[in-house]
This record gives sequence, structure tokens and C-alpha cells, in this order.
Amino acid sequence: MVDLAMQATHAETPAADSRLKALSRFKLSDAVFGALARLSAMTVLLILSGVILSLIIGSLPTLRAYGFSFLTSQSWNPPLEKFGAAPSIYGTLVTSAIAMLIAVPVGIGVAIFLTELCPPALRRPVGIAIELLAGIPSIIYGMWGFFVLNPFLQSVLGSGLSLFTAGLVLAIMVLPFISSITRDVFDTVPPMLKESAYGLGCTRWEVIKNVIIPFTRVGIIGGVMLALGRALGETMAVTFVVGNANRISANLLDPGTTISATIANQFGEAEPGLYTSSLMTLGLLLFLVTFVVLSCARLMLMRLERRAGA
Amino acid sequence: MKDTSKYRGRAATNSVWMALSVAATVLGLGMLCLILGSLLWNGLTSLSPRVFTEMTPPPGSAGGLLNAIMGSLMMTVLGVLVGAPLGIMAGTWLAEYSAGSRLASVVRFINDILLSAPSIVIGLFIYTVAVEPVGRFSGIAGGLALGVIVIPVVLRTTEDMLRLVPTALREASYALGMTRSLVIRKVIYSAARSGIVTGILLAVARISGETAPLLFTALNNQFFSWDMTRPMSNLPYVIFQFASSPYKDSQSLAWAGAIIITMTVLVLSITARSLSSSRTS
Repeated sequence: MVDLAMQATHAETPAADSRLKALSRFKLSDAVFGALARLSAMTVLLILSGVILSLIIGSLPTLRAYGFSFLTSQSWNPPLEKFGAAPSIYGTLVTSAIAMLIAVPVGIGVAIFLTELCPPALRRPVGIAIELLAGIPSIIYGMWGFFVLNPFLQSVLGSGLSLFTAGLVLAIMVLPFISSITRDVFDTVPPMLKESAYGLGCTRWEVIKNVIIPFTRVGIIGGVMLALGRALGETMAVTFVVGNANRISANLLDPGTTISATIANQFGEAEPGLYTSSLMTLGLLLFLVTFVVLSCARLMLMRLERRAGA
Repeated sequence: MKDTSKYRGRAATNSVWMALSVAATVLGLGMLCLILGSLLWNGLTSLSPRVFTEMTPPPGSAGGLLNAIMGSLMMTVLGVLVGAPLGIMAGTWLAEYSAGSRLASVVRFINDILLSAPSIVIGLFIYTVAVEPVGRFSGIAGGLALGVIVIPVVLRTTEDMLRLVPTALREASYALGMTRSLVIRKVIYSAARSGIVTGILLAVARISGETAPLLFTALNNQFFSWDMTRPMSNLPYVIFQFASSPYKDSQSLAWAGAIIITMTVLVLSITARSLSSSRTS
């Protein structure tokens, strides 16, 4: 009956006709919008594959010329076209290690203070201050390291531009990341668990050590690895203070270089050919390492999120 | 007696660790205050009207940062124009279209990685696709590099914000006979508008200080130019260049640039924060 009635009106009035047209127009715009949204989401995958592909293609000449010895060779001599990544890799690992050694304990300490000790009135301002500091661009940290920390360390330790200074600046830079992630992770501990421990007579430290940290271990490690990913790939903060000397030295107070600093300093003036390609290979190396570190970090944080959600 | 000594020991351990935690906070915040303090001190003393009205000088002479500021603004605008629509649409797909699909979790994962990937690598990527084939550095390439950094930030916040919109609102709109895209465009976007704007502001804050991706895409230009197909001056590059120069004039311009960038970033993040908190409260 209803169908019949609709057909009848459809045949009779032009209004219904235009309504059908409007409906099909809606249907079209619906399909277009959905397709655009899907396409945009795919650009994320496109960017990742574009980054990896362009770096691989860029580094083919180097890989062909040196193979794996590129990773172990220490010489970096553009006029002779001799390139090796070992000093850059060494510098990246050492500066990041120094940064983590300093920033992880301090960052976790700040998080403990914020979640367990801080008077409620201070909690918000200190938390906000830390988050704002996490947003300050790295070139500012680099400049500060160069103009303030460098002369200071020069007078105290006798060497200003060094792997150690770079590690120190990196530590200050990743500190806000570690604190704010660890604080968020600590906040996922159910109050019931903490209160039960306090009810059994635990001291604050015992609650932290036996309840909070075991409960959030995965998340803390995830947060630390996220910070490590940043430290490994950080460019400007390091380039200013690392000294840019292409050598491996066991003395942390000697100048050195990192993968990102080498690229930043030399790519602009590099001759096309093996020189450029070697820098591309360094970029590829950096991307692969940070990709692995960041993937682990995300997987761990996701595991914690899922548990907190369940 | 034994019991009290054990208790005292535990209390002492507790005090030591808590004192360490307070010390860590004082140390951490102290370092950060030190940085902000020296930035303010050096930056404010080098700020003057000339900074905003004159072009970057040759090494060693006085001048301003006008061309660098304009170049940074233009490339930031281009970056947002490229990155924000893509990020918003991609976030929309993740939140509204992709319920439970495997592809969506892959996209989300990759996006999270791009969010913290080293930005210098993004610079190398854009160099390969937009500088090398054309044969010269350009403001467009710089803007594109910034756009690639904008996408993950906007995508993430857009998805989170759309998920906060109550399902009842969607159901009510569908019940009125609206199509899916209409519901999203007219209802959900309006409900989540301030959240999406927050995401864009955060992205602008993030790219306004990015240096590494501009080093070999936009390069630098000592003069002001509207032409984005040529190398373009930008604040971070000028800071990098002038800070390592031996001349006092250049160094003080670098500090002026640093404080301009930091203030921009702080104002943007505080605005974003107050926008999102006024929404949730």
C-alpha cells in the first residue's frame, strides 16, 4: 500500500522527483567524503613508505661501494670519497646513553613527586610547567647549551663542546617527556591498590616500590623508550654542542659527532654522488633504529592502555 | 625493641627516597628554569623594533629578522594548509569509518611512530622528492616538510576529539535521516570544533621551531621574497647560522629569534590548553 502510494505521488508531482535527485546527490557526496577520508588515512602509510623508499634508493650507491664495511669504517674523508659511519653511530649511542642515565632517574623522581608527594595546590602548575617545557623547540636547548652550558663546563671540566655536554643537553630535553609519561602511567594505578597497601602499613616508598612500579613497569619502559627514540634522532640540540669531530674517543669529554649532527652539518654542502649517498645511508640507519625503538615503545604503551581499559 | 628498630629503618629508607624524589624535581625544574631564565635575559635584551623591520644583515653588522619571520610564517601556513586537511580527514576515517578494521590499527600505529620520528629524516625525504628533481631548494619544499610533520599531530588529536562526541548525538542525527557524511560534517565537526582547532594549534607550535627539516629543503635567503619556488629565509635556520657566528651582533639576533620562537610556541600551547580545558570542564 505504502509503496503504491509513493509511486503514485512520484509519478504525479515534480517535487518528489527533485527529492529523489537530492537523495542521489547526498548519496554521491557521502561516497566522495568517505573515499576522501580513506585516501587521507592512506597518506600516512604513503609517507612512511616514501621515507623508507627514498632513503633506501638514496643509499644504494654507498651500500654498493662499501657494503657492510660502511658501518665499521672510521674514516670520513670527502675529497678521497672514503666514508664510514662508525664515529657517528658511536656518538649517537654514547650521547643517548648519557642522556638516559641522567634523565630516567630524575624523570621518574619528578613523576613520583607529582603523583605521591606534591601538595594538591602545586600539582597542576608543576604538571603544566613540565608539559609546556616539553614543547620548547630543540634548537633553543641547543643554543642554551652552546652559549651557557659550554663556557660553564669549559671552566669546570676543561672541555665545553663534547659528547658529555651533548648528553647533558639531551637529558634536560627529554626529561619533561619522561616525567609527563611516567606521571600519566602512575595515574592509571587503581587507588584501591595503593590504599590497600597503605592500609597494611606500608610506607610511601614501599607502596611505590611494591605496588606502583610493578603495576606500571611496562608503561614506564614504554615511556623511557619513547624518550630514547627522541634522543637518538634529536638533531639541533646536539649539533650545537657535540663538537662535530669525526672520531671515536673513549673519553667522554672529547668532541665527537652523531648521525643527525653529521647529516645536519654536511648535507647542505655535500657533492652529489657517494658523499650525498653516504649521508642518506646515515639517515636510513637512524630511521631504522628509531623505528624499532619507537615501535617497541608504542607496543608497550598499548599493552598498558589495554589493561587499564579492561 | 627489635620491632621499633625495623620500623625506624623502614621510615628512614622512606625519607631518603622521598628526599631524592624532591631533589630530582628541584633539579629538573631548576635546570628548566635556568634555560628559560637565560633565554629571557639574553632574548629580551636583544629584542628591538629593528628586529621586526629590517632584513637579516651580512655577518657582523646589525639588522633585523623581518625576512626570516615572514619566510617562517609563509612556510608554516603552507604546512598547515597541506597537513591539516589531510590530518583531519584521516582522523575522521579512523574515528568514524574504520571501526575495528585491521588497516585502521596499522594506520594508527604508523602515525604514532611518525609522530616522534626524527624530523631530520623527514627533511631528507622531502629533499629527495621535492628538491632533487627540481634542482633547487624552495619555500614550497620547506612547507611540504612542515606539512608532513603536521599530519600526525592533527590526525591524533582529531581522532581523540571525535571519539569524545557522544554516540547519542550520532544516533539522533541518523534518526533525522541525515547521511553519514552530513552527520560528520554538520554535527560531529561542530561538536568537536574546539578540539580540532586545539590539534591544529599544537601542530603549529610543533613546526614553528622545527629546524632540521628546513636545513636542506628551504635552505636560506638573505633577502625577503614572496616567491616560494626559491630558497626561503626562515627563523630556525637564521638562528642556527647566527648563533655559531663569532660576531656579537649576529649572536644577539639569534637570541632575539630564539625568544620570538619560544614565545610563539608557549602562547600557542597555552591557547590550545585553555581551549581544550574549557571544553572538558
